[in-house]
Amino acid sequence: MLKIKNLHAGIENKKILKGINLEIKPGEVHAIMGPNGSGKSTLASVITGKEDFEVTRGQILFDGTDLDDMAPEERAHLGIFLSFQYPVEIPGVTVTNFMKTAINETRKAQGLEEMPANQMLKLIREKAELLEIDRKFLSRSLNEGFSGGEKKRNEIFQMAMLQPKLAILDETDSGLDIDALRVVANGVNRLKNEQNAFLVITHYQRLLDYIVPDVVHVMHDGKIVKSGDKELALELEEKGYDWIKQEAVL
Amino acid sequence: MDLKEKLLSSFMAFENQVDLDHPIHEMRSEALKNFETKGFPHRKMEAWKYTSLAGLQQVDFSIFPKEDNNLEYREVKPYFLHEIDTYKIVFVDGVYSSYLSETTHDGVDICLMSAALSKPMYRPIIDVYFNKVASREDSLTSLNTAFTKEGAYIYIPKNKAPRKPVEILHFSTGNEAALMVQPRNLIIVEENAELQVIERHQSLTSNEVLTNCVTEIFAAKNAIVDYYKVQNDMPGASLIDNTYIDQKDNSQVSVHTFSFGGKLTRNNLNFYQDGEHINSILKGVTILGEKQHVDHHTLVHHQQPNCESHQDYKGIYGSRSTGVFNGKIIVDKIAQKTNAFQQNNNLLISDQAEVNTKPQLEIFADDVRCSHGCTIGQLDEEAQFYLRSRGIPEKEASALLMYAFANNVLESVRIQEVKARINKLIAKKLGVNIGFNL
Repeated sequence: MLKIKNLHAGIENKKILKGINLEIKPGEVHAIMGPNGSGKSTLASVITGKEDFEVTRGQILFDGTDLDDMAPEERAHLGIFLSFQYPVEIPGVTVTNFMKTAINETRKAQGLEEMPANQMLKLIREKAELLEIDRKFLSRSLNEGFSGGEKKRNEIFQMAMLQPKLAILDETDSGLDIDALRVVANGVNRLKNEQNAFLVITHYQRLLDYIVPDVVHVMHDGKIVKSGDKELALELEEKGYDWIKQEAVL
Repeated sequence: MDLKEKLLSSFMAFENQVDLDHPIHEMRSEALKNFETKGFPHRKMEAWKYTSLAGLQQVDFSIFPKEDNNLEYREVKPYFLHEIDTYKIVFVDGVYSSYLSETTHDGVDICLMSAALSKPMYRPIIDVYFNKVASREDSLTSLNTAFTKEGAYIYIPKNKAPRKPVEILHFSTGNEAALMVQPRNLIIVEENAELQVIERHQSLTSNEVLTNCVTEIFAAKNAIVDYYKVQNDMPGASLIDNTYIDQKDNSQVSVHTFSFGGKLTRNNLNFYQDGEHINSILKGVTILGEKQHVDHHTLVHHQQPNCESHQDYKGIYGSRSTGVFNGKIIVDKIAQKTNAFQQNNNLLISDQAEVNTKPQLEIFADDVRCSHGCTIGQLDEEAQFYLRSRGIPEKEASALLMYAFANNVLESVRIQEVKARINKLIAKKLGVNIGFNL
């Protein structure tokens, strides 16, 4: 599904990603861990097409399509989704209207008719229930005045609505208390199937108790320095990141 | 001959059309003198620094419109708020159109200035209110006073509210190559009475039109007035709109100004709070493109204690458009416990667009809450990326953000059909269908 080959990227002459290789197949959950500043969030932004970053070498293939030069919305239409670490507050646009617009624009790009209003409402209700979201919440302005937990839950709600092929969760666990974490993880697990895939970026092992990864990668200084199974996450939790850094130097 | 000369020399001909024995004629003559002395405002004056009337003064405007310019309803239907029933006071090239209007004298007076000036029964009210809150110093207001003849006259007696909102519409047919009109409106809302007005100046061709309008509004104790100004005129139309509002105890007056069109628009909106526990609400949405220019000059004069004012103006400027917001708040020494809020936020969506914003606070009382803020910025790139990452294309994402930016000003619009209409105008002006039910 996703194939990243020798990816180099940066911002204003500052190199951040220095040769990333990564392959994610349908049905897989990959976790990327690593210390602050190792390039995890940059990788997420580059995959979703944030224009601040420039790809200087390598390529990203999604279902065989080269994403180079594709706008963020075009990547979304292909089925790539990013759950933001810091979701943006947009006063004046309700969660419901936002979702309607996003879904119908995506359908338009895929050559489909707009979703009928009753079907849309049903979908919204169903997914809100999955994420244990109060109905009142849906008529509030997008992320405005939401608590950290509400914002993250709203991100996963959007994911559930859009049903992407590849969902990238950028530090979705930060700012969540244990109950919210359980709700979010439960939502993700219920949405997981053989056709889609998840890339979970996290600083801590905690989230991975709930969303169990097939592969764990460790990033350091713009590179994936180690990959393994879920045991690697536990090892990192125990030993911290220093040994990885030392290994990387060696 | 420039416009000032032309206007001055036309006054004698104008006098042939009006009742010279009416006491207001003395006011007309005095006003003409003031205009003759001061002339048109110019850019060396602080209040006119960013708005030039020089070009308009070179246009050969017709001062006296023809009497027989009729329009069919179907030609102008889109400009009416036809979704709901309203009273209508309609002028075509400055002349009252009884055919397009629906006035009333059933418990309230919703009719014409010319009628109010000619019939003796209105004299006591004209004597008390006419030209009492309008400035006698401002030269353009004086120019309008001098040529006072026609406009809307609304009188709502104590404890009354008309069954439906009132639309005041001014159409220009374009039958003249260039036309100048000067409507004069007088609106009195007595104790405990209510009124809703929608006002629109609409040119039907690209011919040049200059409107110099003066509206006086008197809101007595406990009165509630909602006034909506829809400014979405053709590229040849210029408007100088002078509104003067006198408020008494516990009254609430709101003025919403929606500026989407026209060539040059100058809004002078003046509130005078003459009582306690008054609330004044001034809201504006401005969306401009091409070389359009809008200048909002607001004044709220807090003259008594325990009053409030709320100003919120949002502007979106594209292409080579220019905008001005100048918000003056005066709090007299006696006006303790005043709450005055002022907000002006602007988005510049092109490199050549320009906006000048200036709060002007003159506070002489010591126990007051006054806050003001103005911003000029671009669309938030993070927010744009966020929307686009959800599949919303760049253009729609920008429109959605601009719509959201302007949206909160519409929350206080109390006529649902007006809100829906303005929503559509905003979406149209932003050039996209934003995909959800407005």
